[in-house]
Amino acid sequence: MGDLLVVPIGEVENHWLQAAAACAEAMLHMPAQLLNPLPVPPSALHAQRNQYLSTSLLELLLPVGRERGARVLGVTELDLFIPILTFMFGQAQLGGRLALVSLARIRPEFYRFPPDPALTLERLRKEVRHELGHTLGLVHCGDARCAMSLSNSIVQVDAKNDSLCASCLARSQDHLRALQSGGNS
Amino acid sequence: MKSHWQILVVDDESVMAESMAAWLREDGYAVDTAASGAEAVALARSNSYAMCFVDLKMPGGMDGIETMMEVKKIQPEAVVIIITAYATVDTAIAAIKEGALEYIVKPCNPEEISILVQRTIKVKNLQRENEILRKKLSRKYHVHDIVTKNARMQDLLHLTREIAGLRSTVLIRGESGTGKELVARAIHFSGCRAKARFVAVSCAALAETLLESELFGYEKGAFTGANAQSKGKFELADGGTIFLDEVGDISPKLQADLLRVLQERRFFRVGGNEEIRVDARVIAATNKDLAKLVEEGTFRDDLYYRLNVIEIQIPPLRERREDIPMLAAHFVDRLNHELGRAVECLSSEALRVLMDHNWPGNVRELENAIERALVTCRSTELTRDDFGFLGQSRNSHTWVIPPNTTLADIEKQAIKVTLERTSGNVKEAAAILDIDRSTLYEKIKRYEIARA
Repeated sequence: MGDLLVVPIGEVENHWLQAAAACAEAMLHMPAQLLNPLPVPPSALHAQRNQYLSTSLLELLLPVGRERGARVLGVTELDLFIPILTFMFGQAQLGGRLALVSLARIRPEFYRFPPDPALTLERLRKEVRHELGHTLGLVHCGDARCAMSLSNSIVQVDAKNDSLCASCLARSQDHLRALQSGGNS
Repeated sequence: MKSHWQILVVDDESVMAESMAAWLREDGYAVDTAASGAEAVALARSNSYAMCFVDLKMPGGMDGIETMMEVKKIQPEAVVIIITAYATVDTAIAAIKEGALEYIVKPCNPEEISILVQRTIKVKNLQRENEILRKKLSRKYHVHDIVTKNARMQDLLHLTREIAGLRSTVLIRGESGTGKELVARAIHFSGCRAKARFVAVSCAALAETLLESELFGYEKGAFTGANAQSKGKFELADGGTIFLDEVGDISPKLQADLLRVLQERRFFRVGGNEEIRVDARVIAATNKDLAKLVEEGTFRDDLYYRLNVIEIQIPPLRERREDIPMLAAHFVDRLNHELGRAVECLSSEALRVLMDHNWPGNVRELENAIERALVTCRSTELTRDDFGFLGQSRNSHTWVIPPNTTLADIEKQAIKVTLERTSGNVKEAAAILDIDRSTLYEKIKRYEIARA
């Protein structure tokens, strides 16, 4: 089984990286290694929208740990988008190696509320679980409390738990077992 | 995949198409992408899409609206959403006028698209359920509704298509549960009589006198309880088809009456003096060997020849085992909708159980087995355990050997089935059959058995 790499894209405060790594370790049952930040590719910026193309950042992560088959979690402060959507909290390769989460829209400040590190941390954990869940082949869950439920707004993020429902948990464990027994997906 | 619906995203910018596809895949949909209108049309020919997101501005001759129109020609039911970066009232009106469900301007709020997709899929699910229920209710089956890849069945379907437009009487033979009525309905609904009625009568279920009035109708006062004139099934099937199931079970008196209708296309209602003319195509079915009944003198030979103008013999399921995976998948898909289940597939062990079962009750038994398994199944996959009930009867089943079967027929069948089970491996098959490999080769050649 490959290892788990946590990679900041652009500048990210260390305590957020540590928190994301701890959450990923607990979910995937493997030790995380924190890598140096990757510079933000200028081509990912959409100047008019002042946002960064999420798929470009996933591409940036593609060579990271590829030869080892490592699972990679990118963490960034950048505000993410894809052309058709106004924004994204994060993105992942479904059943693949790469996941990406953004802190931009999970901070209360974005919505003009006073800063609340505890709340941001809670939201970060939910998003890390959600995106890593996709790498384990999980699709969106119909249970609004499950971390795998679809969040289109911060209200929906706050409504869900930072844990998986029983059904998603069982599936993620099946996937992890398959990984441990040799097959990578 | 949690949903079997497919979505198509059409955009010349691959970043746009791929990112949208990835986002929809996270929601559990199977998504294809196309980089041009022509590519989208080609994909629509070979796949069925519940919805298509099409970018308005694309180079290369076909813009979004033209693409939508072409896709809709192939798949009129597909829901199309036109996407654009620059909205104008004119293009929005044109898109909606040509059949787009929505016209969206990128970038969109993710919630908007989520709701749009959920709403469309909900309607698609309801339409699908409605279609299944309607078909079940009217039972208007066509030849293409019969699921098979067996060569004998393919020949049979070919024959069915050829005779659909004729008026000739058809005799369908086959064991119980092989789908004799389904074939009869397919003949009726594929031919020129489809607009008129298909009337089915089970001859075995009714006593002689009752069957007589059921078939030919009766006049008021013909017998106690005949308070008003009543039309019989032959009259009801005028212009259409009458299906006489279990025709081997009718009495000598009715055999004579039936012969007269077949010869002269005229009859009297019970207790009536007025001759009634009908133009009904007769399709009869039996699981008995009518030729033998004729020999024994219990079935009129003239009626037999009248009925047996075109004979269709439906093979039992154990002689078309290659159809079991397709039929099982078909029933899982249909019954999922009917029972509100979300079972995705059968495990390979479960399929092996189904392939090994003898199916004395044929396709009907298979359908019932799938239904029972779906009801008790707890995961998204049907496993061997879900079909545990088949094992109980598996050991106690008796061989059903059709009349006139020769020892050579049985030997041929044994070799064919064993080869199917060993996926064509002759060495393995010879070991199971406990004969020499060379002997097996010789028999394969002699019986002209096709090897997988």
